[in-house]
Amino acid sequence: MELLNIVNEKLNAQFPGAVLTAEMLYDFPVFVISKDKIHDVLKFLKEDEALNFHFLTDLTGMQTPDEKQLGVIYHLHNMPKNYRIRVKTFMDINKPEIPTVTNLWLTANWMERETYDFFGVKFLGHPNLKRILNVDEMNIFPLRKEYPMEDQTREDKDDTMFGR
Amino acid sequence: MSKKDNKHTESNDILDEKIFSTLNLGPTHPATHGIFQNVLKMDGEVIHEATSTIGYIHRAFEKIAERRPYAQITPLTDRLNYCSAPINNLGWHMAVEKLLGAKIPKRAEYHRVIIMELSRIADHIICNSVIGVDTGAMTGFLYIFQWREKIYEIFEDICGARLTTNIGRIGGFDQEWKKETWDKIHAFIKEFPAALQEFTNLLERNRIFMDRTIGCGPISAEKALSYGFTGPNLRATGIDYDVRVMNPYCSYEDFTFTVPVGTQGDTFDRFMVRQHEMWQSLEIIKQAINKMPEGAMHADLPEFFLPPKEQVYNNMEALIYHFKIVMGETDIPKGEIYHCIEAGNGELGFYLISDGGRTPYRLHFRRPCFIYYQAYAEMVKGIMLSDAIITMSSMNVIAGELDA
Repeated sequence: MELLNIVNEKLNAQFPGAVLTAEMLYDFPVFVISKDKIHDVLKFLKEDEALNFHFLTDLTGMQTPDEKQLGVIYHLHNMPKNYRIRVKTFMDINKPEIPTVTNLWLTANWMERETYDFFGVKFLGHPNLKRILNVDEMNIFPLRKEYPMEDQTREDKDDTMFGR
Repeated sequence: MSKKDNKHTESNDILDEKIFSTLNLGPTHPATHGIFQNVLKMDGEVIHEATSTIGYIHRAFEKIAERRPYAQITPLTDRLNYCSAPINNLGWHMAVEKLLGAKIPKRAEYHRVIIMELSRIADHIICNSVIGVDTGAMTGFLYIFQWREKIYEIFEDICGARLTTNIGRIGGFDQEWKKETWDKIHAFIKEFPAALQEFTNLLERNRIFMDRTIGCGPISAEKALSYGFTGPNLRATGIDYDVRVMNPYCSYEDFTFTVPVGTQGDTFDRFMVRQHEMWQSLEIIKQAINKMPEGAMHADLPEFFLPPKEQVYNNMEALIYHFKIVMGETDIPKGEIYHCIEAGNGELGFYLISDGGRTPYRLHFRRPCFIYYQAYAEMVKGIMLSDAIITMSSMNVIAGELDA
């Protein structure tokens, strides 16, 4: 709770209006940041002396249930003080563009490629944005909800009772 | 190769073609222990540039998980780091319990600690003995590998499987461990130190091994942090980050152990950190056995815990729970969690979004291998090909975890 307030105050002072929501979800302070400020906010969180989130634990994507927006989720960590926060940002699914953070953390390179591979988020300024786990020829972004896991045209499988 | 076909020859091309040759290391190569492809641009025997290609055994776990009930996701986690599958299983169980807000009895947690530390030892046995093999020392591997077998026998007693264990349940364990299991664990604790000491004597101060590994494939602490290293590979650079200490889970705060760190982050340091972690794991297991509390083996979670058979046949409520569990019809509360544990290779994270249904809305595995393997191309730049092989072994890159 304490950390939530500290970070929230700092962000509001530095970037008025950039923090859309700030709440505790289980043991994590979660901030939703507007898309155009996301790179500046992450840079500030990394370089601010008191906060110093120097470690990017995880970067991944998600799709909102209405299938109209894509989200990018950053997990940041300050190891000496053991601060952990989650930063999220959402964008329109028809124009999924967001600045890269590879210039802040080298590890973002493959994480962003993975997010691009599965959700089609285009990270502007990424040095080598191409598919990483799936084949290059693939023309869909498989973790989007519009692509069901099984081939819907199959007829050899009867799923009326228990299948989903 | 003609000048036209070679992409690398755009600038100072004449020189390039004379000096460099392209070598495909992988995807299946006996020296890489898994399916990794590295396209190496070689200057004689020295690596000038490396490009890693991954994804050869990608199995779409995150997509599959979106259709599976929570208990059925445990077998997917087996297949991430299959050298220490129980750690992944229990980490996933703990993540779900965190979402449910379940209170796990201390006794179950201590049992989990024993399993996790045993599998950490098994994981490090594989990694360290294989570094030995890759440097040409087969003997250590042969001596110590049977102890991994003994650990697998313990797992087999507990859950029936050896490699892909699917161990435990959400909430704890299905039953008390048998006396024979405990006998095997006690025998392991008694006899393993001598074997590990023998392995230590063979390699740790072995001049040939030291000359081969010291200064090989180093990475600085700053670079390692920027590349997202965790686990033994980060600790080898001198940073004492261990999830068990920083964010204790599963009663790790009850145990006393030290976190070994290295100084240079080279192959030898990674080897040594793993060696010392095995000793520490043994200590933790001993403490867990000595301090083993009384109590139940599982939390009070009837919706996740199969009731005893005689109750299923005689009691309506138990029958309903049985059906719901088997068919995966249990709804999970809405929520969003990140749970991390110290797996064999580093911080294994589960980022889970639940929309209140029977399956996760989104599940993301933070796989330590995937994250630190991207530094490999930079670490092998300018070193010999044979050193690149042992650098990869010492990073303990597991193909299953890399490709999910």
